[in-house]
Amino acid sequence: MNPDLDWRPGAGREALAQRAGLYRRLRRFMDQRGILEVETPMLSRGGATDRHLHSLACAQPDGSRRWLHTSPEFPMKRLLAAGSGAIYQICRVFREGERGRLHNPEFTLLEWYRPGFDHHLLMDELEELLAELRPGWRCSRVTYAGVFRERLDLDPHEAQVEVLREAARIAGLRVERLEGDRDDWLDLLFSHCIAPTLGRGGPCLVHDYPASQAALARVRPGTPPVAERFELFIEGMEIANGFHELTDAAEQERRFLEDNRRRGEAGLPAMPPDHRLLAALEAGLPDCAGVAVGLDRLLMALHGHRHIDQVLAFPWERA
Amino acid sequence: MAQYATNQFKSGLKILLDGDPCAIIENEFVKPGKGQAFNRVKIRNLKTGRVIERTFKSGETVEAADVVETDMQYLYTDGEFWYFMNPENYEQIAASATAMGDAAKWLKGEEICTVTLWNGEPISVTPPNFVTLQITETDPGVRGDTASGGSKPATLETGAVVKVPLFIDNGEVIKVDTRTGEYVGRARE
Repeated sequence: MNPDLDWRPGAGREALAQRAGLYRRLRRFMDQRGILEVETPMLSRGGATDRHLHSLACAQPDGSRRWLHTSPEFPMKRLLAAGSGAIYQICRVFREGERGRLHNPEFTLLEWYRPGFDHHLLMDELEELLAELRPGWRCSRVTYAGVFRERLDLDPHEAQVEVLREAARIAGLRVERLEGDRDDWLDLLFSHCIAPTLGRGGPCLVHDYPASQAALARVRPGTPPVAERFELFIEGMEIANGFHELTDAAEQERRFLEDNRRRGEAGLPAMPPDHRLLAALEAGLPDCAGVAVGLDRLLMALHGHRHIDQVLAFPWERA
Repeated sequence: MAQYATNQFKSGLKILLDGDPCAIIENEFVKPGKGQAFNRVKIRNLKTGRVIERTFKSGETVEAADVVETDMQYLYTDGEFWYFMNPENYEQIAASATAMGDAAKWLKGEEICTVTLWNGEPISVTPPNFVTLQITETDPGVRGDTASGGSKPATLETGAVVKVPLFIDNGEVIKVDTRTGEYVGRARE
């Protein structure tokens, strides 16, 4: 990068205005529906235990550490447990090491929660929001299994690693040192072969993920059991991720422990889980659904920007 | 040997893959929000010139390849090897026909070429973008036919064959773009 020019922003004046306009419309949408805007801490004692999320640490003068949030999920759930009702937040979140055409380690999420909603009701509301942002945008809905069957002719809930490996080979993917983890192979196939094709003719909602990829969603028993989780894709970009939220404290604690066990296997340090979230779940989280929307990518989709740097005032390298 | 992690991947980086030196052409970070991160990489094998695609789990490391590109002057060939000299220290190296690839057919002597060395051994040679060479064999020029777009093959003094316009004569000196193998124009005297 030219040091004489890197004081300059990545986004042009027009893109800055597009962002300001988007935030105005989002706030109006939320306001009209009585969803309350909130703010929660960015720096917390607990961090994200998910082995695929890397939290940035912030050293404290007393030698302890706090973690920059990777999403405002835990404190927002604590507000819900305290009886906040429907809430939303627009905030910067941080994920170490994520950088590329669609990634900046610091980016903006819109996250909102709806007590009394399940993931389908929240998908409906997300559709209404999208239709307001771009009249004419109509979402299609497919299940995770359906899209794998359609594109790769395999069942992602049942297929063994050998089948997934063969599907990758047929698709022409050559992967260095990817071993036996079924979810890693599913992620590979989904991110390389399926996601780039989704949402080309209009937004696409994918729902009912494998139970092993539930993250913070509740799992619906059945054959197979599926996670009540959804993602939104527009123009091949993953834009949003939502859950019919897990409210069971014991199950949440089990997942924290399992996450840290898998982090250990992957050679990653264990993360301190948010015990106050567990206490809040114990006290009682209302049945609810929540979704996080990546606003940088949504801006890209709305206005046809090809690179995330085009919508960021100062991307990572110039920050 | 030095290692590179996937977060250091960028265009131009030289790595060792399946024992061959390669250069990264394009690196794309691919990550599902809640899933495994990958680096999807386009790579040129510097020995064969072939471009391949590979995917790495983010966080993996690969071995660095000790590859340097130096400008060297082409001296001569003995039929088996092509000899180059480093104009700064007068050191000489010999490149095999494999390393020469297509470059050999553009060289007559004294051209400055880019020689790619892997562990000190030449693995590929890039000729200058433009060379001027004399035509040693072509059909006689057609006078007055400078407008119509026809062309004919012409053999150059190095043995290379290029297409030239019909009006070009045997014995003329022409300028050729070695990247495309196309005739550019008559060389100015």
